[in-house]
Amino acid sequence: MKVEAPATLDEALACLQAAPLVPLAGGTDLLVHWPGNLEAKAGHYVDLWALDELRGIRRDAEGLTLGALATYWDAIRDSRIREEFPILVQAARQVGAIQIQSRGTWAGNVVNASPAADGVPVLMALDAVVVLASASRRREVPLDAFYTGYRTTVRRADELVVAVRLPDRGNAVQTFVKVGSRRAQAIAKVGLALARSEAGWRVVAASVAPTVVRCRTVEAALDAGDAFAAPEDLLPLLREDVTPIDDLRSTARYREMVLARVLWHAIAEAA
Amino acid sequence: MRSPVPRGRIREVRFASGLDRSELVVVDHRDLTGPNEVLLIEPDQPVLAADRVRHLHEPVLLLAHPSREALRRAVAAVEIVVDPEPPVLDFTVDPPPGGVQYGDDNVLKRLSIDKGDVETALAGAARIVEGEYRTGAQEHVYLENQGMVAWEEGDVLVVKGSLQCPYYVLKALGHALGRGPDRVRVVQAPTGGGFGGKEEYPSLVALHAALLARKAGRPVKLVYERGEDMEATTKRHPSLVRHRTGVDVEGRLLAQDIEVVLDGGAYVTLSPVVLSRAIIHAAGPYACDHVRIRGRAVFTNSPPYGAFRGFGAPQTIFANERHMDVVAAAVDLDPIELRRRNLIENGQSTATGQVIDDGTDRTALLDRAVELSGWHEKKAAHAELARRHPWRRRGMGLACFHHGAGFTGSGEVVLASRVDVAGLADGRIEVRSGNIEMGQGTLTVFTQIASEASGLAPSAIALAEPDTARVPNSGPTVASRTVMVVGRLIERAIEDLKARLGLPPDAGGDRFAEAIRAAHAERGEAPVGTATYQPPPGVEWDETTYRGDAYAAYAWAVYVAEVEVDLRTYTTRVVDFVALQEVGKVLNETLARGQIQGGVVQGIGWALMEDVVLEDGAMANAQLTNYIIPTSDDVPPIRVTFEETPYAHGARGAKGLGELPIDGPAPAVVNAVARATGTRPTTVPLTPERLMERLEEGRADVA
Repeated sequence: MKVEAPATLDEALACLQAAPLVPLAGGTDLLVHWPGNLEAKAGHYVDLWALDELRGIRRDAEGLTLGALATYWDAIRDSRIREEFPILVQAARQVGAIQIQSRGTWAGNVVNASPAADGVPVLMALDAVVVLASASRRREVPLDAFYTGYRTTVRRADELVVAVRLPDRGNAVQTFVKVGSRRAQAIAKVGLALARSEAGWRVVAASVAPTVVRCRTVEAALDAGDAFAAPEDLLPLLREDVTPIDDLRSTARYREMVLARVLWHAIAEAA
Repeated sequence: MRSPVPRGRIREVRFASGLDRSELVVVDHRDLTGPNEVLLIEPDQPVLAADRVRHLHEPVLLLAHPSREALRRAVAAVEIVVDPEPPVLDFTVDPPPGGVQYGDDNVLKRLSIDKGDVETALAGAARIVEGEYRTGAQEHVYLENQGMVAWEEGDVLVVKGSLQCPYYVLKALGHALGRGPDRVRVVQAPTGGGFGGKEEYPSLVALHAALLARKAGRPVKLVYERGEDMEATTKRHPSLVRHRTGVDVEGRLLAQDIEVVLDGGAYVTLSPVVLSRAIIHAAGPYACDHVRIRGRAVFTNSPPYGAFRGFGAPQTIFANERHMDVVAAAVDLDPIELRRRNLIENGQSTATGQVIDDGTDRTALLDRAVELSGWHEKKAAHAELARRHPWRRRGMGLACFHHGAGFTGSGEVVLASRVDVAGLADGRIEVRSGNIEMGQGTLTVFTQIASEASGLAPSAIALAEPDTARVPNSGPTVASRTVMVVGRLIERAIEDLKARLGLPPDAGGDRFAEAIRAAHAERGEAPVGTATYQPPPGVEWDETTYRGDAYAAYAWAVYVAEVEVDLRTYTTRVVDFVALQEVGKVLNETLARGQIQGGVVQGIGWALMEDVVLEDGAMANAQLTNYIIPTSDDVPPIRVTFEETPYAHGARGAKGLGELPIDGPAPAVVNAVARATGTRPTTVPLTPERLMERLEEGRADVA
């Protein structure tokens, strides 16, 4: 294993410019593979943990900025986040155990690109924007355009996610539901983040497609004021938006049914 | 290196050309110096497959290297080439042509119990109620994975590791390596949980470590990683149980016709004994004059299923107690009342004809558990919740059951366990047994028993390390036998030591210590008392007809679960749990409570979430992220209550309790889900996915 340990962001970006290293922040998605996977363990990493400029949560006129090293625990402890974006706290509390929450980062969750992520759905429902930087330029990509397929993203090898930004706006509805195979320390079988703001409804689903996805057909129907008498009535719309599969953790049928049901009840409760 | 397929003929073992073999130690079946057999019940399981493989992950070749990373590279450079054959993976159907791989029909063992005349009794029944129940495999998830260290000390091969039964390992090593017991030594290392998973499997790990150490000429450590441990080692036997029950108009059991089928996996291992315990517990703690139980353990190309806490009883008890609720619904009786009318009263007999007369009032246990659970008060609250809440539903369920302690039938007589107690020079005593601590409290309770029997302070009791060079064979640490059976041997060995020192049985404390010191001074060696198992008077068992006293003693229990089902997600949460049991005298309440709580948690896991997903017959979800066991947030406080009727032939009045608590949770929880949802589930684990299917099928009559 080789690990670069830059002291500044510029040094880190220079490292990435020179070679396609694996960025290492909290490490919670990477270290678990090392005991059993020689290749992963023998990788070449750039450790970001010392880069204080990426740490913390900041606010400005445009909204909220989660630095690339902002952890779930940082959000849980932040009283304004609890107030303004309670679904961030709800999601953060359901990530792994407290040890993971205090080490795992929001940006790491975004880059890891798991379709079963807990942090990504709530960020996406709040219209998060991913801030990418390389040695030569900086760009912003909406989170709902960040993923290109299963575990693939628009991030280039020389780029680093340096922040995740949330627009400053009120969200009248914020709901997060994680359906795991147990009450704690579980990977989502179905995840749902629901938000409503002046921008309209946001319905984001996890573990039902190759990536975390916005359910745009459902969003459009809700924005149009459509009402649904029963959970099953949502299924035809959801089938336009998600493509659940059978795997070791659950079945396609269960995922589809449960997504429809938690969504229907969440909409009912929000009304 | 393990088989890549569930069934086939080994064509060759291929080593990649650039592999550096200078420090690599390679062992295959030709390195054995005795029969290629893992000694247990039948000689069918090879230590290392020679020409055929019968299950995925079957061991074929062993590699060792001083460097872990070099070893991993070597593993990647070796290929076991097998010509695959069609495997047999479904234990519930007859094998297809060409699928027979054991005997004439792939049945590893058949056992029956017959009492009375079932057909005549069924013909006269007011109602006949049928049911079919299934249970899945379960993984032990002990703390540390299987692991052994082996080395040679002069002429003696020493193996030390995580294990429950030092003498099983000793015999297996002696057999396959062709060594006498004086040239093999087995030592138990501190063990963090076994649950049966370290009963028979460690013999295989020990053999592999020993073969490597012998060939390498240096110590070898062989420790599984979690994934390998989960894919390759034993699990609880999957089961299919069919019931046909005749009842009269008042709900009295007239006949129980029961078929029990277990998936044994690819080798016999302990399946005959698991099947035995399964059928003996299959009819439950009820008085019924006409019982027919047909059991069989069936070969499949799965890794062998093995010992797991409960040892076949949880499977048949799940079926029976779930079925009792179905019977109650069929005759329109309250499930509590149905059980009250049928529980064995003192003087009545079990399915094997064993007359129960132990002073325990089983209907009083039932009533007490129901009262503790708040059953009747909660029923009204649950109905109210169902009326007003869109998706929360609650329900109660119960299970009445019993568990026989110690080996079945004449098993303890055959074992002939022995315990020695030696007097030490300073007046302390040393208890020498092969029974081990694995977190369940053996060290503490043995100390208590020896202290009480000797009148010496606990600080004056030493327990010998389980090392076959130092301790006699007091039998395996299994079958809820440690306290009841081996604890009693400790008491008797202490009595024997007193007698040898010329002391009366009631002499203890300082007088005993003084006599020990004097004996040392006089003879210059430790005086040793000894005791060998003797069956309690009047216990009789016929192994051929399966009639008689299947166990010397039973623990009795009634468990009540309250569950909440989320109809959005089909998720079940146990919100209250009452565990009431009669276990003879409780010797250490803290430890006993811990055993019950742990067993209940393990039982709740099996009931609701622990789903072994099989692909090619072996566990595909062999990761702790995908094989889900309960966390502390998934279980309620477990309300444990003991009733104590001292048992005359157990240590200080104790009966066995280690396995009991895994028998009751599954039926209690699933009965509660049935009541909460108006469905009739028949399978564990009752995962949300399975409950969804039940709810989608439409709601059956509430059972």
